[in-house]
Amino acid sequence: MTEKFINEEKKTRKFSFAFSRKQLCIPYGLFLALFVVLPLLLIVFYAFTDKDGGFSLANFVRFFTSSTTITTVIISVLIGLATTLICIVIAYPVAYILARSNLNRGGTLLMLFIMPMWINFVLRAMAMKDLLTLIGVFGFNNYVNVIIGMVYDYLPFMILPIYTVLIKMDKSLIEASKDLGASSFKTFTKVTFPLSMSGIASGITMVFMPTMTCYVISDTFGNGLITIIGKLIDEQFTTFQNWNLGSAMAMVLLVIMLVSMWVTGGFKSDDVRGTNI
Amino acid sequence: MEDQRKTEKIIEIENLFREFEDGTVAVDNVSFYVRKGEFITFLGPSGCGKTTTLRMIAGFDKPNGGRILLNGKDITDIPPNKRPINTVFQRYALFPHLNVFENIAFGLKLKKVKVTYEDKNKNTITKIEKLSKGEIAKKVEHALKMVDLEGFEKRSVSTLSGGQQQRVAIARAIVNEPKILLLDEPLGALDLKMRKDMQLELKKMHKKLGITFIYVTHDQEEALTMSDTIVVMKDGVIQQIGTPTDIYNEPKNSFVADFIGESNIFSGTIVGDKKVKFINHVFDCVDQFEKNEKVDVVVRPEDVVLLDEGKGQVDGKIVSSIFKGVHYEMVMMVGKTEIVIQDTVERKVGEKVSLDIKPDLIHIMEKEFSSNKYDGYITKKNTVCFGDGEFECDVTQLYPGSFVDEEGYLITAEGEKIDLTDVDVNVEVGLKDIEISDEQDVGGVSGNIVSMIYKGDHYQLIVRTDENEEDFVFDTEDTWNENDRVSVIIPKEKIKLSLKEEIKR
Repeated sequence: MTEKFINEEKKTRKFSFAFSRKQLCIPYGLFLALFVVLPLLLIVFYAFTDKDGGFSLANFVRFFTSSTTITTVIISVLIGLATTLICIVIAYPVAYILARSNLNRGGTLLMLFIMPMWINFVLRAMAMKDLLTLIGVFGFNNYVNVIIGMVYDYLPFMILPIYTVLIKMDKSLIEASKDLGASSFKTFTKVTFPLSMSGIASGITMVFMPTMTCYVISDTFGNGLITIIGKLIDEQFTTFQNWNLGSAMAMVLLVIMLVSMWVTGGFKSDDVRGTNI
Repeated sequence: MEDQRKTEKIIEIENLFREFEDGTVAVDNVSFYVRKGEFITFLGPSGCGKTTTLRMIAGFDKPNGGRILLNGKDITDIPPNKRPINTVFQRYALFPHLNVFENIAFGLKLKKVKVTYEDKNKNTITKIEKLSKGEIAKKVEHALKMVDLEGFEKRSVSTLSGGQQQRVAIARAIVNEPKILLLDEPLGALDLKMRKDMQLELKKMHKKLGITFIYVTHDQEEALTMSDTIVVMKDGVIQQIGTPTDIYNEPKNSFVADFIGESNIFSGTIVGDKKVKFINHVFDCVDQFEKNEKVDVVVRPEDVVLLDEGKGQVDGKIVSSIFKGVHYEMVMMVGKTEIVIQDTVERKVGEKVSLDIKPDLIHIMEKEFSSNKYDGYITKKNTVCFGDGEFECDVTQLYPGSFVDEEGYLITAEGEKIDLTDVDVNVEVGLKDIEISDEQDVGGVSGNIVSMIYKGDHYQLIVRTDENEEDFVFDTEDTWNENDRVSVIIPKEKIKLSLKEEIKR
């Protein structure tokens, strides 16, 4: 009697649950189709056609034979790499101190590092430029200027994932390491650092990729003399009205990003998920 | 030979004190020692300071006071990585980025050993070297064999079951051949069957390795099964140190008796030479105590023998009976007292029975007597009856903000009307709140002074009533004589009342 009752209850619960879940999925499915899949397909379509709509590889040929585009890609990647590296070097100690010391009680200090993200970044970039000019660090090399700007802008995106990994790390692992005879330094190199790699990997994906396209900063800080791939794509769509070449460039950028994701993805271990923000 | 080794003290703890930043005292002036090769267990409820003590021995936590000596040397200020002590953590704390082999080899790779050898000119040279890869592999293999995990070297720790992770954690600790192995509730996360198996295995391992085990648990059965010595802790203070048999059979106080195994704890009074009175009956016992002393009496459920009505020492009625596998657990009521009894023969609920307890199975403990406690009830006139007498009291203390109206009903702060007649209450009267008088009718009850003990600057008196032999214990500076007939006076405001159960409205 009771068993029957339980079975019945199970049935109804299962039914209603499956029903509501399916229904809830529909808006997201629509959203994905409309704003993710469709634009991607459009880019692919434009990239592989010419101005009249016929199939063509001319866009890619033009991209890879032009010395300007190739140099731009190389410069973008180099700026991205330099920015990412400097961000790691600055962000790791900051995140470590924030996560470990009592300074960050209540998260106030972390907030100070994260808060710039809430201010419009064009405004922030301009203000930073003026500030740097004022104190005289600015102006001796355009590439250095751009990298300073990029680091300034993207540092929080590196701090946050590393901080999250460090704060979530099981403290008993550090105790276990010391218990087994490791000094504080050895504990850091053998336990803490390897375990925070997933945070660094998240940080890399969040810093490296945007820096290659964020031409607002390269324009502001490079005095208009430095072109990165994002700027190139923008010009094709707006100034030259060549959507086909622009789409081809966007596709190349997408491939670069996928490759970089694949490289950093190797560091991510399964047990430290959810560090992407 | 073994005995000699066992008398050597490996760890000595002197007046260890730990107060956390928030002001809670976790470990309060704890002192004890651990003998070499011993299996010692800290036992106590959560928050009793057992883990904090262990963490201080490991070096993860610094004491605010006191010393920790290892082989006579003070190690209080030595960091954990420099102590020859290894820990098995509660949640194992295996390194997730390393496989089984690398986890176990972690300590070995860091280890530096003194190597002495002779060179060509026959000079002995001592060098400090790291262990070779071959040596490490050999040691790891041996450790894995100890914990029955041969062939698991390359496995990732996240693919292991709880029991296997536990074994890896143990292997990781013992591979370093520590002088002392600390185990912080290592079996807490395992299921019952696995836990029982691991208990025996750990015990075996302890014998085989010959190193000192310091174990922390809140599971009394685990402690009794495994340990040579048990340290029972409560609120940061050691309650008792002893062998499992000592602690079970001769608990020092009611906390230990209650925590270790099941027990019936009664309040009793010594009424004569090796005679104790509880549940309204005088039992013979074997412990020698001062006459009239208030004591706690412990009787284990399995030590009570049930007989047919009238054939034993005290009669009562069975009120519940539950089958527990090997035995029945029955509850017998004697007056208002419940007695838990374990027996293989079932007595039906409602059956009238009689109990019998052998003198050597009655364990008597000193009681910290701080106040008089009685069962009482409220009368129609809002007085309280207890201890064979009737006393005026303040019933409004049962409900904050209440008052008594002209008809004698209690009106609560919310305006509710309550009739307190015949309501059962717990009555408490402090040792300093009782006065006596020669005049017989001024107090609530009369009795004889049966005991008068001088306590340095005052006397502690016991007045016993005639009818039910209820005792009033109190301190006084006046001198009286034993056997004086007196009347007991308790000021109205000194009688503390609390409800036995919520009144239905």
